[in-house]
Amino acid sequence: MKTNANSSAKVLSLSKVGMKFPDGTEALRDVTFDVEPREFVSIVGPSGCGKSTILRIASGLLKQTSGEVMVDRERLGYVFQDATLMDWRTVQGNVELLAELQGFSAEEKKQRARDAIELVGLKGFENHYPNALSGGMKMRVSLARTLTLKPQVFLFDEPFGAVDEITRTHLNEETLKLFEHECFAGLFITHSISEAVFLSTRVHVMSSRPGTIVATYDIPFGYPRSPELRFDPAFGELSGTISHALKEAHA
Amino acid sequence: MRQLKDPDLIDVDASEAILSSELGEKGIRRWTESILPPILLGMAFLGLWYFISYVVLDEKRRFLLRPPHEVFLVGFANWKNFSEILAGLWSSTIVAVIGLALAITIGLTLATLMSQNKLIERAVFPYAVTLQAVPILAIVPLIGFWFGFGLNARVIVCVIISLFPIIVNTLFGLLSAPRGLHDLLTLQRVSRWTRLRKLMFPAALPAIFAGFRISAGLSVIGAIVGDFFFGRGDPGIGQLLQRYANRLMGEQLLASIIMSSLLGVVVFQLFGWIKEKAIGKWHQEQSG
Ligand SMILES: Nc1ncnc2c1ncn2[C@@H]1O[C@H](COP(=O)(O)OP(=O)(O)OP(=O)(O)O)[C@@H](O)[C@H]1O
Ligand SMILES: [Mg+2]
Repeated sequence: MKTNANSSAKVLSLSKVGMKFPDGTEALRDVTFDVEPREFVSIVGPSGCGKSTILRIASGLLKQTSGEVMVDRERLGYVFQDATLMDWRTVQGNVELLAELQGFSAEEKKQRARDAIELVGLKGFENHYPNALSGGMKMRVSLARTLTLKPQVFLFDEPFGAVDEITRTHLNEETLKLFEHECFAGLFITHSISEAVFLSTRVHVMSSRPGTIVATYDIPFGYPRSPELRFDPAFGELSGTISHALKEAHA
Repeated sequence: MRQLKDPDLIDVDASEAILSSELGEKGIRRWTESILPPILLGMAFLGLWYFISYVVLDEKRRFLLRPPHEVFLVGFANWKNFSEILAGLWSSTIVAVIGLALAITIGLTLATLMSQNKLIERAVFPYAVTLQAVPILAIVPLIGFWFGFGLNARVIVCVIISLFPIIVNTLFGLLSAPRGLHDLLTLQRVSRWTRLRKLMFPAALPAIFAGFRISAGLSVIGAIVGDFFFGRGDPGIGQLLQRYANRLMGEQLLASIIMSSLLGVVVFQLFGWIKEKAIGKWHQEQSG
């Protein structure tokens, strides 16, 4: 089920990437995949198989020990597993952070933050401090903060792993809207197969350590997607197939 | 709605206090539960004090513990005596403030340098610990020998006593910024200075203020201890304490002790208040 991988218009490309930590742990071996503009690629895999490591390498936080990575780091957004907000900044201040570090003008910074806050539905909470927000709201702030950079590539590391199922469903729908609206390319790590299928154009399944991609599924549903998609029989069938592949990868 | 119980019967059950929702009742409960107990204990304490002064001690030995009202009349109500105590307290407060200001400046600088460079941290830390471990009395003669027996020596005692908590708390605070936020800043390729200013320093504020509070208390102690040994110049409260004790001026001695304790309490409260003003909006104690 592989699609055209050697298109020249890639925003992120990993080829034969391997990672061996100094303590001898081989986290990744021969990881190869691309993300094209307007693609939303998800990676599912057992815990500890190196999913976070892939994102850390893709973003440049970590240097791979073998293989090649190609990405434009100037326009890269990274949403971490936890919201990583600054407790001492209000919602507004947190969302402005990246634009501020990039040296945008005060006006531009304010404008971008206002837009992003509106986009994630946090209007009215600008002056709240993180300690007054729920887990789901903190994740939204984190999303908004990344959105201010208008990233070309959006890396998500299990962003909704820590919120409850209902909030997660909501956030999935909102992420989908953002993706349809903001035209970024996404690379999304998750434990949840239905989340992966619901959001993605393509899903990769990874094996346990050393992590490598063992199966790839193109998701045939077009955008915009409605929340009802989750109850489509084809959706259930595809989820079942991927779930099965994941179990095999785990074995 | 529950009936208000006879005040004697009100129990101090916290869960019940939360359950009682009627406002008036809450006010009364708060009063009986949080204000009344210390007042009662204070009265019991005064009673014990009177008991010891008048019953345990016979007349010849009563100078050892003068009854409360005499302490009040001689130590507080007599302006000549009281102003002497206030002047001593003021002089010691100045010493404590200068000492604390120096300790804060040195401590923040050292901790910041240590946070920026592992080598500096490794080099400085053992000495900071040693400084903390030095029995201050052992180096008193040396301090006098080097810095004289006046204000300078007293300030130095304050600095030595109050420096360590500032270094340790600040360093701990600076290193406490979460790794995720560090990663976030790394992705933006920020300078070392920006990282310090926008991440490490604000993240350290709760710990820094906790350190200030501890050190402020220690600095008051340092000023009084320093006073015992380095009494040249204006007499501080430590000098007065010694003088009153030597001359068997029990009333003034007790009044001075009460005033010193009050200074300690005020300093502690003041730094609590400063902390609340500075970071209360976003920082909540873990216990809360
Ligand atoms: N700095 C490091 N040094 C040594 N080993 C590491 C380091 N970082 C990660 N590892 C190891 O590499 C493997 C992959 O880690 P990674 O965090 O990428 O897993 P993951 O797939 O994201 O797991 P999870 O789903 O639980 O988040 C793990 O076995 C981990 O112990
Ligand atoms: Mg992970």
